[in-house]
Amino acid sequence: MRFGLVLSEVGQGLRRNASMVVSIVLVTFISLTFVGAAILLQLQINQMKGYWYDRAQVAVYLCTEYVEGGNCNEIEATTEQKANIEQQLEAPPLAPLISQYDFEDHDQAFARYQEQFGTEATGFVTPDFLPETFWVNLKDPSQSDVLVERLSSVAGVDEVVDQRKYLQPIFDALNAASFTAIGIAGLMLIAAVLLIATTIRLSAFSRRRELGIMRLVGASNRFIQTPFVLEGVVAALIGSALASGAIVAIVHFFVQGYLNATPSATPFVDIGDAFIVVPILIVGGAGLAAVSAAVAIRRYLRV
Amino acid sequence: MIRFDQVTKLYSGNTRPALNSVTLEILRGEFVFLVGASGSGKSSFLRLVLKEESPSKGQIHVLGQNLSRLTSRKVPYFRRNLGVVFQDFRLLPQKSVFDNVAFSLQVIGKSKGFIQEAVPDVLKMVGLAGKTGRLPHELSGGEQQRVAIARAIVNKPSILLADEPTGNLDPTTSAGIMTLLNRISAGGTTVIMATHDAGIVDQMKRRVVELVSGQIVRDERQGGYQTQALPVQQQAPPPTSSGFGVGR
Repeated sequence: MRFGLVLSEVGQGLRRNASMVVSIVLVTFISLTFVGAAILLQLQINQMKGYWYDRAQVAVYLCTEYVEGGNCNEIEATTEQKANIEQQLEAPPLAPLISQYDFEDHDQAFARYQEQFGTEATGFVTPDFLPETFWVNLKDPSQSDVLVERLSSVAGVDEVVDQRKYLQPIFDALNAASFTAIGIAGLMLIAAVLLIATTIRLSAFSRRRELGIMRLVGASNRFIQTPFVLEGVVAALIGSALASGAIVAIVHFFVQGYLNATPSATPFVDIGDAFIVVPILIVGGAGLAAVSAAVAIRRYLRV
Repeated sequence: MIRFDQVTKLYSGNTRPALNSVTLEILRGEFVFLVGASGSGKSSFLRLVLKEESPSKGQIHVLGQNLSRLTSRKVPYFRRNLGVVFQDFRLLPQKSVFDNVAFSLQVIGKSKGFIQEAVPDVLKMVGLAGKTGRLPHELSGGEQQRVAIARAIVNKPSILLADEPTGNLDPTTSAGIMTLLNRISAGGTTVIMATHDAGIVDQMKRRVVELVSGQIVRDERQGGYQTQALPVQQQAPPPTSSGFGVGR
């Protein structure tokens, strides 16, 4: 009985303010789509970090007779020097940080070079041109500084390079995109909240006679408040459902259908990630609408 | 039933109080007229009983409850024991007579069965049995006020507050409304009615409380609109002893 009454009030309110309700739907739709995109970008960044940091190694390049500066002076690293470096990698303080390391000699480096760039590009390159390298995998990739500091000045080492530094600009760009999306989403959400509050006030104003009588005959605050809160929540829910649809569509058609089809080793977010975002959008949108509607209607409940 | 204890009501931005140290007790089943010029504090009195306002000073007890201790969450439940009628009827224009009365029961969560029984009963009592399907604008002023009264009493309140219920009605129609209010009072409901209608007050011979500038100047059993008793002479303040240095 009471439930039916509340629902019919909600229906009346939505019909009476149709144009405002449509604008709430659109604004929540757009703002929550941006929120969803920002979350997806963060998921993408985390996924790429996980993927690449596992593969990113620290390269300890040794001297060749073609390298002039640093510790080298155009002298190939000697066997003793290599043994010394290897000994450092095996003993504390470096050993506890390292999960494994490999030594790559001139021929292996040349083979890898050929594999990467093809045989026609290798005409000018001979194996002794490519440095011998210790490839080090760290237990914690963020601790590469210790290795760099420790080994850079050792005799026979040309350069110690953390491959992660090549990835950092990509992550920075993705982070910037994600923060931009969050910024836009924030502004749009503020607009959505204000719009919901205004709509609810308008709705309450057009029903002020009923509200006055309800208060007079002793309808409880919750009973008076509920239809208005539901009105906001229903409008916002439609918006969040559209936003969820947009997010799923973006992942399905753009990320999986287009980006994933291009050859690249990078892993992309999938539909599973989109379905993590969907409940966040639905609950977030409904919650935001409920709070702003409840605050907006409070003035009419003052006894 | 209703007790005012040294109640003062000051509205913000107004130095003159709407009610000034009013002390009054109204018993169960009494019929009380509140008379006085516009702005004398009649409506403020009714609003305080309803707890639409809180007093600036003093204590109000209604139905055994101290209104200053009533939390705002409990106010709606408190109001279910009070019925209110206004000069301007305050009906919902798009709802029928039946629905106007039923609305007040629906919003306090009464069952459909209860509403189906109580509403026709109360409409019959106020004399509108044949007009349940009409819309308010199809009714005369007197009939509209009867709908408003039906709405106020359908939940069987212990107190009925009426703020100039005959203010918009002609004398004959007013007499009909008064007969109805009399009948409600005879049923044990306490009725408090604010009015300017001298004829009605004189005819009914009920308790009359007269307010002037927020103060009770008369509280008379079986009184009239104007007092028949000797006016109360306020004692003049004693003359100040003349002397130097004390005058301002």
